[in-house]
Amino acid sequence: MLAIELCGIKLKNPLILASGVLGLNKNNLLRAQKGGAGALTIKSISLEERFGHETPNVAFFEAGMLNAFGYCNPGLEEALREFADLSCFSVPVIASCTASNASDFVKLVSALDKLDFAAIELPLSCPHTPGHGLLAGQGTVEATKEIVKACRKKTKKPLWVKINASLPNAVDIALAAEQAGADAITCSNTLGPGMVINIASAKPVLAFKVGGVSGPAIRPIIVRTIYDLYKRLKIPIIALGGVLRGEHAIEMLMAGASAVGIATGIAIRGPDIFKKCCDEMSEWLKKHDYKSVTELIGVAHE
Amino acid sequence: MNEFAKHMIKTGRITKIVEEAPNIKTFELSIAMHAEPGQFVMAFLPQVGERPFALTQAGKKIAITVKKRGPFTEKLFSLKEGSFLGIRGPYGKGFSLQNVGKACLVAAGIGIAALIRLAEELAKEGASVTLIFACKSANEIIFKERLEKVASLHIATEDGSAGFKGDCIELLEKVLKKQSYDKLYCCGPEAMMVSVLKLCEKYAIDAEFAVERYMKCAVGLCGHCCLDEWLVCTDGPVFSKEQLLASKEFGRIYYSKSGKRMRFGGD
Ligand SMILES: Cc1cc2nc3c(=O)[nH]c(=O)nc-3n(C[C@H](O)[C@H](O)[C@H](O)COP(=O)(O)OP(=O)(O)OC[C@H]3O[C@@H](n4cnc5c(N)ncnc54)[C@H](O)[C@@H]3O)c2cc1C
Ligand SMILES: Cc1cc2nc3c(=O)[nH]c(=O)nc-3n(C[C@H](O)[C@H](O)[C@H](O)COP(=O)(O)O)c2cc1C
Repeated sequence: MLAIELCGIKLKNPLILASGVLGLNKNNLLRAQKGGAGALTIKSISLEERFGHETPNVAFFEAGMLNAFGYCNPGLEEALREFADLSCFSVPVIASCTASNASDFVKLVSALDKLDFAAIELPLSCPHTPGHGLLAGQGTVEATKEIVKACRKKTKKPLWVKINASLPNAVDIALAAEQAGADAITCSNTLGPGMVINIASAKPVLAFKVGGVSGPAIRPIIVRTIYDLYKRLKIPIIALGGVLRGEHAIEMLMAGASAVGIATGIAIRGPDIFKKCCDEMSEWLKKHDYKSVTELIGVAHE
Repeated sequence: MNEFAKHMIKTGRITKIVEEAPNIKTFELSIAMHAEPGQFVMAFLPQVGERPFALTQAGKKIAITVKKRGPFTEKLFSLKEGSFLGIRGPYGKGFSLQNVGKACLVAAGIGIAALIRLAEELAKEGASVTLIFACKSANEIIFKERLEKVASLHIATEDGSAGFKGDCIELLEKVLKKQSYDKLYCCGPEAMMVSVLKLCEKYAIDAEFAVERYMKCAVGLCGHCCLDEWLVCTDGPVFSKEQLLASKEFGRIYYSKSGKRMRFGGD
């Protein structure tokens, strides 16, 4: 009932562990696999080891959170060792990598292509790390085309491009990625950046002052962006943003997503959020006489 | 939306500072919070950082007891009464106190911060508490008065300046040979906890350990504080003897600020 196929990859359910949470190493991923995720995305890897921003890396508000980790990760060399053997996973594992320019992206994709990842995701959309994503000017039609074209030549694996729904021309950027050879669009990275000020000390909470906004607060913006993307794109869309419950995932599918990612929800419902959401989805589908989740994709457009 | 608001930073001021030892201070804060012994909070200094600490006092006013180690704790040590300090939490899973008649607590150094409230709580529940407290030297023994009220205290110092001369493992084995316990609780440097774990196996004592890992988010997202597939922030910091005996990483592996796999004591 929940099984889907995405870019030729079979998933037992449409819920994907989003990049950046529980994805530093195989230990983390195994935990999310136990929690019931249909696929697992690793934390975005850079060429060199990065220590990221000072803590606080997270700041909460009533309707979600901000994060600014600054792409801390052990770097490509360590990642190649860590993920060389993926045989402990029964669900597909997706690579994610980040760089400042097309030539570094090419180096990363070429290296990750040799491992058993089911797909490679390019986040061109992080709003809070200098030299990466939006702060490296990757959130434009031109940059997206250049990077995706260059990476496309280096891998036959499905290439997913992660965009940012904060940008007014998000649809144009997704179309540019599609034209350049992307196999799916992941939407969205965290929005903003935003800021939370601790009023008692009159200082921003995050050490980096600004951070990407995620959680329930951003969900309506993501739903609308998915709806807009679905009208124009031929390739599938993976929706990300504020999904805490099975019903939220159903909303994303109805808007036009083929699969749904979860990050922030793990802080609220634990790594078992995937199982919990699957149960909620199955129950809803049964109650409303659907035989498969795939019947829901884009129904809001009918 | 309470589920997000509960992680927002609670504002406090330092109401009292106690110099416990040359490198250890207790900061009492104007923040009310209930927490189980073993749980921890994230302490926040604006534009300095955020770090995990056990609560050495809970209720109307909480307190943390801190050993000076690096940039964050140095800044904390420079603060005066009335200064701002933010807190979020409590986080993690605390110690379990059920059905314990005779308890043996083993602390080394600042590890006592995670055990002091447990000792008091156990005594309140009617358990008899034996506490083995190991320090480098006599001037590092903190909370002596508080501990003597609730526990029979055995002190070990490396230099012999107080109590038993030697490490706590020797002292613990002496104690265990003489007396049996329902449960042992331990917090200290990981190498010491590994030795205590072995003794618990040898003497077949049920036990729990408070484990420390480099921690960033404290809410189970970032994955930095993993111990095998567990996360110290949400599954711990208290782990059972069985969990740690099954662990491939306890005493061997931790993850650095970048997430790189590191070996205790270098390669
Ligand atoms: C659950 C838990 C409870 C703790 N309770 C106490 C306590 O009650 N009293 C106390 O003095 N200390 C406690 N610590 C350790 C305390 O968090 C570190 O001493 C503190 O973070 C050091 O920060 P720093 O900037 O001064 O030093 P740094 O230079 O940053 O670090 C010195 C050493 O402290 C450790 N450390 C640093 N940052 C972290 C971090 N974010 N998470 C975990 N370890 C870190 C590392 O081993 C590092 O090598 C606890 C740690 C954990 C995980
Ligand atoms: C703590 C945290 C770390 C993240 N790190 C990354 C990352 O390394 N790479 C990336 O592409 N997205 C990263 N993201 C973005 C998420 O993958 C996701 O796009 C976003 O959080 C929206 O989904 P959510 O509302 O379910 O969290 C991160 C998000 C969070 C909350």
